[in-house]
Amino acid sequence: MYAQMVETGVKKLQDAADMSPDERAFQARVDADVKIEAKDWMPDAYRKTLIRQIQQHAHSEIVGMLPEGNWVTRAPTLKRKAILMAKIQDEAGHGLYLYSAAETLGVSRDQLVADLHAGKVKYSSIFNYPTLTWADIGAIGWLVDGAAIMNQIPLCRCSYGPYARAMVRICKEESFHQRQGFDIMMAMCSGTPAQKAMAQDALNRWWWPSVMMFGPSDAASVHSAQSARWKIKLLSNDELRQRFVDQTVPQAEYLGLTFPDPDLKWNAETGHYDFGAIDWDEFHAVIKGNGPCNRDRLRTRVKAWDDGAWVRTAALAHAEKSARRAAKAAA
Amino acid sequence: MTAEWPLWEIFIRSQHGLAHKHVGSLHAPDAELAIKNARDVYTRRNEGVSIWAVRSIDVHASSPGDKETLFEPSNDKVYRHPTFFPMPDEVKHL
Repeated sequence: MYAQMVETGVKKLQDAADMSPDERAFQARVDADVKIEAKDWMPDAYRKTLIRQIQQHAHSEIVGMLPEGNWVTRAPTLKRKAILMAKIQDEAGHGLYLYSAAETLGVSRDQLVADLHAGKVKYSSIFNYPTLTWADIGAIGWLVDGAAIMNQIPLCRCSYGPYARAMVRICKEESFHQRQGFDIMMAMCSGTPAQKAMAQDALNRWWWPSVMMFGPSDAASVHSAQSARWKIKLLSNDELRQRFVDQTVPQAEYLGLTFPDPDLKWNAETGHYDFGAIDWDEFHAVIKGNGPCNRDRLRTRVKAWDDGAWVRTAALAHAEKSARRAAKAAA
Repeated sequence: MTAEWPLWEIFIRSQHGLAHKHVGSLHAPDAELAIKNARDVYTRRNEGVSIWAVRSIDVHASSPGDKETLFEPSNDKVYRHPTFFPMPDEVKHL
């Protein structure tokens, strides 16, 4: 997902017997669905895990602007261009809501940005794939934002108040992203054979990375179990992935597109779609920095940050000068 | 690295007649840019007709540890709620 394989720092799931009185009281509040707020006492591991998770999520929103930005100047119509810019602006907004939520936990914005740029903290694997054609913009909105919604709707109920509130805002906007993607796919699938082939090619390339985005099965993961107990992870990776596949297959059928998975078929017994084996070697390679675009994405981010340094400095200097002049005039 | 822009808390009034409500925070070098940034970050879909920006360091908050001393005293004063007083069904407009 946007935050993948988040470490909790715990070796085993914390039981009541392992907990201090403060930790037991904290867990009781979480169990009773009382939201934890910034100034409330919380276990150190909960705080650190949340910072990691929210930060990864925020970075994904910010880096996620890059594959789409690639097509702003080449959008097929002015309307599509305006819509794409609005979507990209939303992604920036989502990143900002999430950075703010992370900052309530006591980490500075500069530190968060520095961690991303130093490669210490990851962003989602999905944004390390290239956007080769306009249809990729449709596929990203439809599939990637569709997968993100799967994960983000449950997070609106997560235990940490500032994170939950950020997710509520994000989910309201995410639906626009998914629909604009599907709208692009519909337009291409009802166009010329060449346009439809382009849509099919985009689905072929984005399908497996989208399915991988949920991360490897975490049924046996201590970290996921601990995060679930803290209610900062509400559903398992496999549950979310299955929901995503189940909702997406009929949508592709409507478009008249096929999936690059010969094993994908309806299973009447389970009431779900079965699908083929996922190439986790590819996922781990991308996570480790060896996807098609990892180096390019990070280089672009760092350059944008460095190129903007003089603006940040000048704005601060201007604010200080104006405050000095105002103080002088008042004296 | 240059100094970080200060943090601001943003309050939006959604329509005439409602109070400003806290929506989140952002960084900006001064009040003017805080309001401009808030416009872009928090009102992209007609969410508001008015913005307040307050420096986060100027917000004073009650402590979670004081919750009982602050809020418990009102719990045993149920007579402050109108439902405390049973009214006869046949009497209207009360």
